[in-house]
Amino acid sequence: MAIIIDENTRVVVQNITGRQGSFHTGQMLAFGTRVVAGVAPGKGGQTVEGVRVFDTVDQAVRATGADASVVFIPAYQAGDGAFEAIDAGIRVLVVITEHIPVADEIELVTYARQKGVTLVGPNTFGIVSSGKCKIGIPSNHFFVPGPVGVVARSGTLTYEIAANLAAAGLGQSTVVGLGGDRAVGLSFVEVLTLFEDDPETKAVVLIGEIGGNAEEEAAGYIAGMSKPVVAYIAGKSAPPGKRMGHAGAIIERGRGTFAGKVEALLASGARVASLPHEVPALIGNVLQER
Amino acid sequence: MKLFEYMGKDLFRAHGIKVPAGQVAATPAEAVAAWRHVGGPVVVKPQVLTGKRGKAGGIRFVDSAAAVAAAAGDVLAMEFGGLKVDKLLVEEKIAISREYYLALTVDGAAGKTVLIASASGGMDIEEVAEEGIVKRHIDPLVGVMPYVGREVAGRLGLTGEPLKQFADLVVRLHRAYRASDAELCEINPLVWTGAEFVAADAKVTIDDDALFRQKDLPRVAEKTDVEKAAADMGLAFVQLDGDIAVMANGAGITMATLDTLSHLGGAPANFLDAGGGTGTEGTVKALELLLGLNPKVIFINIFGGITRCDDVARAVVRFKSERLVKVPLVIRMVGTNEAEGLRILREAGIPAHRVMVEAAASAVALAGKGA
Repeated sequence: MAIIIDENTRVVVQNITGRQGSFHTGQMLAFGTRVVAGVAPGKGGQTVEGVRVFDTVDQAVRATGADASVVFIPAYQAGDGAFEAIDAGIRVLVVITEHIPVADEIELVTYARQKGVTLVGPNTFGIVSSGKCKIGIPSNHFFVPGPVGVVARSGTLTYEIAANLAAAGLGQSTVVGLGGDRAVGLSFVEVLTLFEDDPETKAVVLIGEIGGNAEEEAAGYIAGMSKPVVAYIAGKSAPPGKRMGHAGAIIERGRGTFAGKVEALLASGARVASLPHEVPALIGNVLQER
Repeated sequence: MKLFEYMGKDLFRAHGIKVPAGQVAATPAEAVAAWRHVGGPVVVKPQVLTGKRGKAGGIRFVDSAAAVAAAAGDVLAMEFGGLKVDKLLVEEKIAISREYYLALTVDGAAGKTVLIASASGGMDIEEVAEEGIVKRHIDPLVGVMPYVGREVAGRLGLTGEPLKQFADLVVRLHRAYRASDAELCEINPLVWTGAEFVAADAKVTIDDDALFRQKDLPRVAEKTDVEKAAADMGLAFVQLDGDIAVMANGAGITMATLDTLSHLGGAPANFLDAGGGTGTEGTVKALELLLGLNPKVIFINIFGGITRCDDVARAVVRFKSERLVKVPLVIRMVGTNEAEGLRILREAGIPAHRVMVEAAASAVALAGKGA
């Protein structure tokens, strides 16, 4: 078991002929991901890394039975490609692209929910079920199968913590990047719910950051979880971020600060690491206590 | 990108939202001409990208050529949070029967646009109690029809003609918001004159990621020179006051890097998220930017994902040799193409760390040596 994706997931890569698309197709294949098709409009019939290229996602899905897609399309066209994947019947949609206009993201998030599609991102590193399937861009060698589920808002910090876990002999069940943008497909609570129900996951690492109120909402759910959670929140020393007039402040109503998030998480029963390299020891402790 | 008030009002006017008659002026003489054009009592408002203009004494009500010229001279010489005033908006003083608050913005937690309204406009909205604020999410696949406006108006206690006018205004504001790819359209105060609603202020922020398709909107620069240079390179940069210049890739790990340096007693000079897939050229430019901060140490913390270690390593080697850099560099590098990156650094005689906290400790120690 793992969450969202596993060894049976069949992946199509959108914009497979691009610099990132072709490079990461090779990396995903090396990881063991079943990349069954690529899409590049006008380039149908070519192959990239031995993977057949189609003109449309619909053609790729019908020919190969792909059920997941990863979008490496530049921001100004990414919305088009993401909606195309949803309409083609893709079940898990991973949008790596950053700088997509927020209005387009809001439409995408809403449409994906309406169609029952699991949207990972936009602006995500992707999702990795260790030893089974990687859809996204993290380097392969930090992912070893194990009992720790990881869910994060930011990419590189996740690699850092996943690598620290691996170095301490703690593997991961699934690592999920929610995406760094304001409107993304998955919430911490949705992913925590999946980890709570996944028999392979024994403990969860939540990697958050200042701003927004996603971590506070997660704390509300963690309080009722049977599995232990270790959190790290980045941004303790960061300068105050940009605020959008008064309207942004109204939504958050004083939430979103480092202290507020840590307080909410501690109150929920989660352990909170002050620096990234402390996470493995805390996970080791909570696993031993069980 | 924030718009100046007068630009926001131009946007509103173009979508049929009533704003006070007014004109922009850059000198006292132009302000007097604007006063003549508008006619009657006017308000003189500095065009700066900050709130709190009123509290700082920047908003003047005047009604004679001499008073307009004096107010304009005063306000043009003022600074608001370090921001100079280049332009004034001279506009008609409107009759106020009641002040409301109305805004559209992004609610990230809901993944939707949210409409926010209050019958307690004019004042600092953050100080209005939660019960006094109406919030309603907008379904992006439906948009805003007049009934949404009527529903919100009803919750604000409006009836009759004001209710109908408010509903129309909400539809128009949403149209302006979507058409301009705004992430904030705020009217505070929204004035009911007794006969109609008038947007007495306009705070509009455009989504930077959508500027590529907003070619007709004006461009407003609000950054310091270094921040602007960074923005032009596509880098997220904030200047701080320490002596350890930092470059990392990804907002989360950049913040964690600052946290780690601070925890170990160091003082970061900046926040620089070089983003993903910056490439060799972009990395060299980012490093040159850091050199401009006169740091004691430059700390490069790369965890390669879409960023490739070999690209960064080549950039570091080029930077060091071409610019004859004497500032010590501390490099931590792991991830995509790590072996190749480390080999390039090794051949150039540049040491690299693999563990973040060890690299950070080394950077803090080097900064201390120079003190």
